Amino acid sequence: MDTISKSVIKIDHTPKVSGTAMYVADYSTEGVLFGKLLYSTKARARLVDVKVPVLPDGYLVVDKNDVPGENQVHIVLDDTPVFACETVEYIGEPILMVVGPDEKQVLAITNSIEVIYEDLPAVLNMRDSDVVFFNYEYGKGDIEKAFADSDNIYEEEFRTGRQEQVYLETQGMIAEPHDGRMTVHGSMQCPYYIHRAVAKALGYEPGRVQIIQDVTGGAFGGKEAFPSILAAQTAVAAHKAGKPVRVVFDRQEDMEFTSKRHPSLCHYKVAVKDGKVTAMDIDVIYDAGAYTTLSAVVLQRGIICSSGVYNIENLKVHGRAVKTNTVPSGAFRGFGGPQTFFAVEMMMEHVAGRLGIDSLTFKEKHIAREGDSTSTSGMYHFPVPLPDMINEVDKTCDFRRKYKEYSKPQTGRYRRGIGISLYFHGAGFTGSGERDYIKAVAKIHKTSDGIVHVLTANTDMGQGLLTTFTKIVAKELDLPFDRIIIENPDTDLVPDSGPTVASRSLMIVGELLRRASAELRAIWKDGEDQIIEEHFQEPDFLIPFTIENFHGDAYPTYAWAVAAVELEIDTLTGLANVLGTYGSFDVGTPIDMNIVVGQMEGGLMQGVGYASMEQIAADSKGRIRNNNLSDYIIPTSMDVTNLVALIHVEKYPQGPYGAKGAGELSVVGVPAAYIEAMEMAIGTRINHIPFSAEDTMKVLQEVQRK
Amino acid sequence: MIFTLNGKEVDYKGSLNARLLDVLRDEYRLTGVKCGCKEGECGSCSVIMDGLLINSCMVALGRAEGSTIVTIEGYSGMKRFAVLEKAYASVSAVQCGFCIPGMILASECILAKNPHPTEDEIRLGISGNLCRCTGYNSIVNAIRIAAEEGDGLW
Repeated sequence: MDTISKSVIKIDHTPKVSGTAMYVADYSTEGVLFGKLLYSTKARARLVDVKVPVLPDGYLVVDKNDVPGENQVHIVLDDTPVFACETVEYIGEPILMVVGPDEKQVLAITNSIEVIYEDLPAVLNMRDSDVVFFNYEYGKGDIEKAFADSDNIYEEEFRTGRQEQVYLETQGMIAEPHDGRMTVHGSMQCPYYIHRAVAKALGYEPGRVQIIQDVTGGAFGGKEAFPSILAAQTAVAAHKAGKPVRVVFDRQEDMEFTSKRHPSLCHYKVAVKDGKVTAMDIDVIYDAGAYTTLSAVVLQRGIICSSGVYNIENLKVHGRAVKTNTVPSGAFRGFGGPQTFFAVEMMMEHVAGRLGIDSLTFKEKHIAREGDSTSTSGMYHFPVPLPDMINEVDKTCDFRRKYKEYSKPQTGRYRRGIGISLYFHGAGFTGSGERDYIKAVAKIHKTSDGIVHVLTANTDMGQGLLTTFTKIVAKELDLPFDRIIIENPDTDLVPDSGPTVASRSLMIVGELLRRASAELRAIWKDGEDQIIEEHFQEPDFLIPFTIENFHGDAYPTYAWAVAAVELEIDTLTGLANVLGTYGSFDVGTPIDMNIVVGQMEGGLMQGVGYASMEQIAADSKGRIRNNNLSDYIIPTSMDVTNLVALIHVEKYPQGPYGAKGAGELSVVGVPAAYIEAMEMAIGTRINHIPFSAEDTMKVLQEVQRK
Repeated sequence: MIFTLNGKEVDYKGSLNARLLDVLRDEYRLTGVKCGCKEGECGSCSVIMDGLLINSCMVALGRAEGSTIVTIEGYSGMKRFAVLEKAYASVSAVQCGFCIPGMILASECILAKNPHPTEDEIRLGISGNLCRCTGYNSIVNAIRIAAEEGDGLW
C-alpha cells in the first residue's frame, strides 16, 4: 500500500462527532426571516389567480414579479423558472414564497393562500410523452450487416425506478443582503453553480454575490443543481425583504419536490454469432420530469455506458430524455450510468441463459481490453483489470461454486441465488467538459507565517475531500496537517475549480493541488507570501471527443468494479435476506484507505436499496405518495449486513499519486448483481428494478398456479 | 416544568405540547440534536432520556417532566465519549456527520446495556438510526472497537 493510502483521522471528525459542526439549520435565527414555498398542487395547469390574504406587518409574499434579474435558474438550459410564470408543470412547482419573522405564522399564511388553476392535460408516463428534450444517436461498425449475419437475435426491455437520494440533512439556504451584496450560505455541492444562478436571478454583477458552503450532510448528487434553484428563490426573497431569509426544507418537501434519479426504459436488440454478441441496437429513454435541469448530461453518460464493459464492434445507440409533468429528475450518484448498466448486465445475463452458457463465462468473453475501442470509438488507454477483480470476488465469496450449486432446481422454503455484475465509471466530466466548460483553477496560498491555505471551490459533503486534499498538499510540501488550512469554500476567497460532481474533484482538482504544492516546494521562501495557481490541462493522449457524433474519448480513464450479491428468499413471505454484498473496486491509488472503503461500502448499500426497496411512487394525478421515511424505505443496519469492499489498484498516471474518480462507482452496477441472484433464487426472468418482496410474491404465486 | 438537561436542572416555561427536538434546538440551542424527518424514522434527533435512547421528535415536553436528558453536547464531555470518539475516528466512521450525534448516543446505549455486544446486538442497537453514507460497517466496527478499548468503562 502506498504511504498516502494510510488512513488518518479525518480533519472534520471532531466537530462532526461532538455535534458542534454547523449545518445550515444550526445557525441562529435571530433577526432572520423564515421562508416557506407555496407549491403547485396540479401536475399541469394555467395559473388563473393567486389569492393572498391581507398580510400582517413584517410578512411578505415573493413571486415571479419580484425577481429583479431574470426569472430563470441558471443550470444548463435555464428553462427552470425561479417562481412559476403562466403555468405550473408539475406538482411541487414553486409558485411563491411567504416570508416573515414567525415560522408558524408563515406556515399558516402559506396554507391560507388560494390558488385558482385551470387544468391542462398532464403527461405522467414517459411512454406517453411527445416532448423530447434531448435526442442523441451514435454508433459504430456495420449494425445492419451484423444483424443480417447473426445466428440469433434477442430483444428485451428494462425499466428502472425513481430513486431518492435521502441525504440525511435536508436542503437548506440562508440569504443575507448586506452592503449592496448578497451572501448565500447553505447545504451544497457546487458553490459556483449557485453563484451564477443567484447573480442571474438578482441581476447582480458577479462581484456582488458571495456563496459559502456550510457543513453539508450528504448530497449524492441531490445537491448539485437543486440548491441553485433554492438559493435563487431565497436570495430573491432576501432582496425584497431587505433582511436575511432562511429556508430549510422539512423531509416531506425534500422528498416530494427535489430532484431524483431518472426513471428509465431501455430496449435492447442483440445479435449473436458463434456464441458471441456481435451487435447491439439500444434505445434508451430517460424521464427528465418537467424541466431540463441536468438531463442532457445524465443522458449522455447513460448512453455512453449502454454497452457496458464489453467490446461490441457494431453498435447503434439512441437516447432520448423526455418531458413529463413530474418533479425534474437530476443528478444521483452514477449520473445516468446505473440505469443502462442494469439493462446491459441483465441483457448479457439473459442472452447467456438462452444460449445455455453460464453468464460469467459469457460476460468474460466480451470484456474490453487495453487498446480496445470504447463505445464512442475512443480507446481504453490503460489496463482493464476486470479479470483479476472477478477472481478476487470469486475468492472472497466462492462465487463460481455457489453459482453452480444455486443454479440447480430448488424446492424448499428458503432458496438462494448469487449474481455478479461488471461495470465502470468514467472518471470526470463527460467528453470535453473539463476542457471547454469547467476549466478548473486551484490555488494554494502560503502566508508569511508559513501556513498554507488550500483554495478550491470543491466541497466536502461527507466523502472526505477536506481530508484527502489536505493529505495531498501535506505530502507534497512535507508539512504536518496543522500547517495547512482548508475550509468550506467561500466564493469570495476561492477560484472556480469546478463543481463537486462526476467523481472529478480528487482526480482533477487533487492533481492541480499536487502540482501547485510541488511548485511551491521548489520556490518556497521562508517569511514570504507566496501564491501558486494551477489550471487544468487536458491530457495529451486523448482522442478528442465531439458531442455532435459522440466520437472520441468520453473519459480519460475509468474506475472499474465487480460486484456480487448473494441472497436467500423466504418463499413464505417473499422477503429477501441479503447474505452478502461483495465488491472489488479499482479507483486507482486510494488517497485514504478508510475513506475509499467507506465510499465503496456506502455505494454498495445504496445499490441494494435501489434494486430492492427504493421506489418513489405517484398516484394517477402525479402526486408522490411516499414522501417520508416511513413509506420510502432505505436500508438499515439490519438489511445489508455482510458488506465486503475489496480494493484493487490500477494507477492512473495523470491523477494525484495514481488516483482516479471514486465516489460514484460503487453503486453503479449493484442492481444487476442483486437481480441476477433473485432470478436464480425464484427461477424467473426479471426486467425491472426495484424488485420488491411484493414482486417476489407475485412471481411465486404465478409459479404455484401453474 | 423541571427536568435535568445535560447534568443541569432546567425550568422550562413553554408549551408542554412542544416537541422535545424543537425545544432542545431552538430554546436551549443544542444544535447537535439533528432534525432529519420529524416522524421517528431516522434517529438523527436521538437523545438519552432516563437511560433510554429516544427520538426527541416523538416526545412532547410534558413527557419530559422530572426526567434526565442527555444530548451529544452533554455526553461529549464524558470519558465514555472520548473512547467512542477515538474508535469512530480510527475507522473513519464519520462521513457527512448528520447521523453521528444520534449514532454516538445509540452506541452509548448499546454499551451501557451490554459492554461486550456481538455484531448482531450492535446492528440491532443502531437499527433505529439511519445512515445513508457508510453502509454501517464502519459504525459497527467503531462500536466494537470502543467495547474493547473501553473495557471497564461500561
